[in-house]
Amino acid sequence: MRYLPLTPLDRAEMLGVIGVDTIDDLFADVPAAARKADLFDLPLHAGEMEVERELSGLAAKNRPAGAGPFFCGAGAYKHHVPATVDHIIQRSEFLTSYTPYQPEIAQGTLQVLFEFQTQVAALTGLEVANASMYDGSTACAEAVMMAQRVTRRKKAVLSGGLHPHYAAVTQTIAHAEGMDIARQAVAIDAEAAVLSAIDAETACVVVQTPNVFGVVTDVTRIAEAAHAAGALLIVVTTEAVSYGLLKPPGEMGADIAVGEGQSIGVGLNYGGPYVGLFAAREKFVRQMPGRLCGETVDAEGARGFVLTLSTREQHIRREKATSNICTNSGLCALAFSIHMTLLGERGLRELAALNHSRARELRDALAAVHGVEILSPRFFNEFAIRVPGRATQIVEDLLADGVVAGVPFSRLDPKAGMDDVLLVAATETTTRDDIAAFAKALHTRTAR
Amino acid sequence: MRFTKDHEWVALEGDVATVGITAYAAEQLGDVVFVETPEVGKTVKAGDGLAVVESVKAASDVYAPISGQVVEANAELGDAPETVNAVPESGGWFAKLKIADKAEFEALMDRAAYEDYLGTL
Amino acid sequence: MSMSNIGRPTRPETGVAAVAHTSLTGARGLLQDEALIFEMDGWDKTGVDFDVPNQDASDLGDLVRSAPIGLPGLSEPEAMRHYVRLSQKNHAIDLALYPLGSCTMKHNPRLNEKMARLAGFADLHPMAPQSTAQGALELMDRLAHWLKTMTGMPAVALSPKAGAHGELCGLLSIKAAHEAKGQGHRRTVLVPTSAHGTNPATAAFVGSDVTEIAQTADGRVDLSDLAAKLSPDVAAIMVTNPNTCGLFERDIIEIARLTHAAGAYFYCDGANFNAIVGRVRPGDLGVDAMHINLHKTFSTPHGGGGPGAGPVVLSAALAPFAPAPWVVSDGQGFKLLEETEGEAAQAFGRMVAFHGQMGMFVRAYAYMLSHGADGLRQVAEDAVLNANYIKAKLSAVMTPAFPDGPCMHEALFDDSWLEGTDVTTLDFAKAMIDEGFHPMTMYFPLVVHGAMLIEPTETESKQELDRFCHALILLAKAAKAGDVERFKGAPYLAPLRRLDETQAARKPRLTWRPEPTTVAPAPMAAE
Repeated sequence: MRYLPLTPLDRAEMLGVIGVDTIDDLFADVPAAARKADLFDLPLHAGEMEVERELSGLAAKNRPAGAGPFFCGAGAYKHHVPATVDHIIQRSEFLTSYTPYQPEIAQGTLQVLFEFQTQVAALTGLEVANASMYDGSTACAEAVMMAQRVTRRKKAVLSGGLHPHYAAVTQTIAHAEGMDIARQAVAIDAEAAVLSAIDAETACVVVQTPNVFGVVTDVTRIAEAAHAAGALLIVVTTEAVSYGLLKPPGEMGADIAVGEGQSIGVGLNYGGPYVGLFAAREKFVRQMPGRLCGETVDAEGARGFVLTLSTREQHIRREKATSNICTNSGLCALAFSIHMTLLGERGLRELAALNHSRARELRDALAAVHGVEILSPRFFNEFAIRVPGRATQIVEDLLADGVVAGVPFSRLDPKAGMDDVLLVAATETTTRDDIAAFAKALHTRTAR
Repeated sequence: MRFTKDHEWVALEGDVATVGITAYAAEQLGDVVFVETPEVGKTVKAGDGLAVVESVKAASDVYAPISGQVVEANAELGDAPETVNAVPESGGWFAKLKIADKAEFEALMDRAAYEDYLGTL
Repeated sequence: MSMSNIGRPTRPETGVAAVAHTSLTGARGLLQDEALIFEMDGWDKTGVDFDVPNQDASDLGDLVRSAPIGLPGLSEPEAMRHYVRLSQKNHAIDLALYPLGSCTMKHNPRLNEKMARLAGFADLHPMAPQSTAQGALELMDRLAHWLKTMTGMPAVALSPKAGAHGELCGLLSIKAAHEAKGQGHRRTVLVPTSAHGTNPATAAFVGSDVTEIAQTADGRVDLSDLAAKLSPDVAAIMVTNPNTCGLFERDIIEIARLTHAAGAYFYCDGANFNAIVGRVRPGDLGVDAMHINLHKTFSTPHGGGGPGAGPVVLSAALAPFAPAPWVVSDGQGFKLLEETEGEAAQAFGRMVAFHGQMGMFVRAYAYMLSHGADGLRQVAEDAVLNANYIKAKLSAVMTPAFPDGPCMHEALFDDSWLEGTDVTTLDFAKAMIDEGFHPMTMYFPLVVHGAMLIEPTETESKQELDRFCHALILLAKAAKAGDVERFKGAPYLAPLRRLDETQAARKPRLTWRPEPTTVAPAPMAAE
């Protein structure tokens, strides 16, 4: 077996050094009833070629986003990732290292995390950011629980524009911890509807911009109302490229900003691994979940970086920790940071402008299709349309024309009564030909 | 000044008790990096959590040695947690409590008893 | 002859004093003193070229940001250098044995990386129509089959993103099962003192009260203490097996029996599954739920802290409560049940957006296929053999915490052998860095004084184990011989010396900020 270096001779010699006769002697503590003498009913070991053949066969049964016109978004976006990113994250020293517990031999990872935290803080317009969460949805749930610790209140108000999966994750996790989750009715352009639900028990208000329907909202007024009631404002963003164009959460009064960083550097990966962005006001730093990297000096006065404020974390605070998170999304944070460094402010603004422009071209093309209604009044690179008939059926029908038309909202939330709503996204990878093909196929379908 | 087995000290002036951790505790904790002091107005019973003191590697609860209401917290510790290491039994105090029952104070160990107790650890 | 005396000397100078040498710039030979990206004046640079948008003005009015963001950029060659230079300051499993106990730092096969990057997996959108993702769903179904077979459990929830997230999934399943039986009042979770910090943190996360269970002198759960603490309020027990002392819980079946008799469920922390994979099925031990760290046992790379994946296998009693989504097959094809209705009506909710760590599923499945049933059994055997070999060799100079009997996949030492040397566990570990090895897990588990927990894994050769033991034996002898300086100041030869963690925590600087320029910069001195 190519991954196992010991030879039979090594094993025999080592058993001798240990002073036992057989390997079974080392498993002596296992109750006899639980020792499996036989191999499990699974295939035997296989060479690289066989494994590659099998997995390539499975991969070939999927249609990659890049295979043709493709318009899915809804929390995960098809973007181009520079080749440099994947090369660097595959360097052994980044790929095969552990959490940087020994800072003297982990400055590579630590400096990257410090740079990542600074980039995320700048993008969100807040003062501090952590070294990543699993993804945007779990970051959202963690933010709600953090608000509970800060305010010592139990109620969280979620907007009707929050991604339904994010709402479900928050409901599942924060509710288990004892919070009351007040989710507003699903609405395309009504982030401000949360205002009526804010009361003296409210720990936080969670809004999303651009929301799951792509609608962009200035949440300044919501922030003011939340603060007046002693609650925190949490702003969720699932499309990180939008930070390049839109007013950042911090500038609009957010206390915590959480985001899905998948768009920058990470790729689609059928839903994971992704990278959760988590930023907050500095005064709340001791209530933040997750790892934090900080600057310090070494014994000779040289600048260096360490994981810090660890007393918030599970390995020290145990049942009083701010979160149970241990493994995070370090390598995806590295990919995010490299891509962001390659973009720089100039590149990010260009990328965001290009996304916004392509989405407006898509809107114009689809608006011209008979029977289609554009539902999102202000958007970044994604918007909702009403289609004549069930969106799931339209998506299936358009597959025959080679077009992946988008995400039917009913797949995210079947109970919302929006079976004819389709979410469509365009990015820098969307070509004019793609847009034309979509409009043509939709026209043909709706004219039927 | 009186002491507890959890290494808190109390000094009483009228009905206001000043509370901190002992020099022994400060030494055992190592470099103190953060102190979470209680909110003014909070009422505590003897044995309740009063504050949290953090070193780099540990977070420890500080218990109220005596019942009372918090009338002042040591604001200096916010910017200078190292005060707890430098002068634990004076400037490194955590909170002042207005107390009701002086008997609770009298029941605690005096310095000689506390030092005897340290000798047994 | 035509004699050329042109050229450089080809031998080192002799007679150069062996003194500590520092460079003039802060570099250490190949190791550059690398600035932060924010210090490189790249405020208007970019390393990516884009088309010009045809509508460059936005129609979003004052929703658009106006102030500068504050993000530097670098051209591609500069970026490449920045990150490659930084990478060289990291230790990695590809460089040397990485003996972090409890972390299972094993070789990461590159075939798995290649497979995860196939466009059919890497470029697949989570909300792509299911008819266009049948291969992905089939892979999830096969991975589930392997996990269920190897654990002897009837169900698995694939979506948790890491071990701690899996613990949360397991406890939420348990909570839902109790509530369904009208036992929602059960709020206590029993956790041994030696547990990973994530166990009590997770229990607290779901609103439970944590009660610790004592440990016996031979490093196992104290059955009588467990029996005494099992009450009608207990929801679950969380036990790591093999435990964090690297020992198999001999009474595991009795622990499960007592737990079930008290109406509670048995959560097993599967962080140490590597020691028993292919030889022992947790389902045969009475386990109700166990997370499997794909980034440990199944070798998906740790990536400097993640990502991981933490699927949770569930017993028949808990299976109906597993979170959405599930993969089901009707013989015609595969389907994701994404909502908590129909077949999944009892699901306790949802752990994540979308369906979990597909990228890790591909890697783990490739790893399983490569090893097969035979290879995986060999994994456990070699992992345990390597740990016992280290324990045997190092016991000559160090003190094993539990000398009697074999250990499993990790060898635990205490610090009693350092008594009187003035060298601590931390000092010893830092001196290992100078010898080219990553330190072992230190001061964990909490039940052993000055603990040193060494997990070599099965992917170390005997030569590397010998090299490692040789280094530790030399260090141990140096400590006992009074060579204290070697330890107190260590590491001397790493990219940095020991760091001031006190300063970092007292005055946290968590982001780069421009230095305040209150003083005019001094004129450049003439070179």
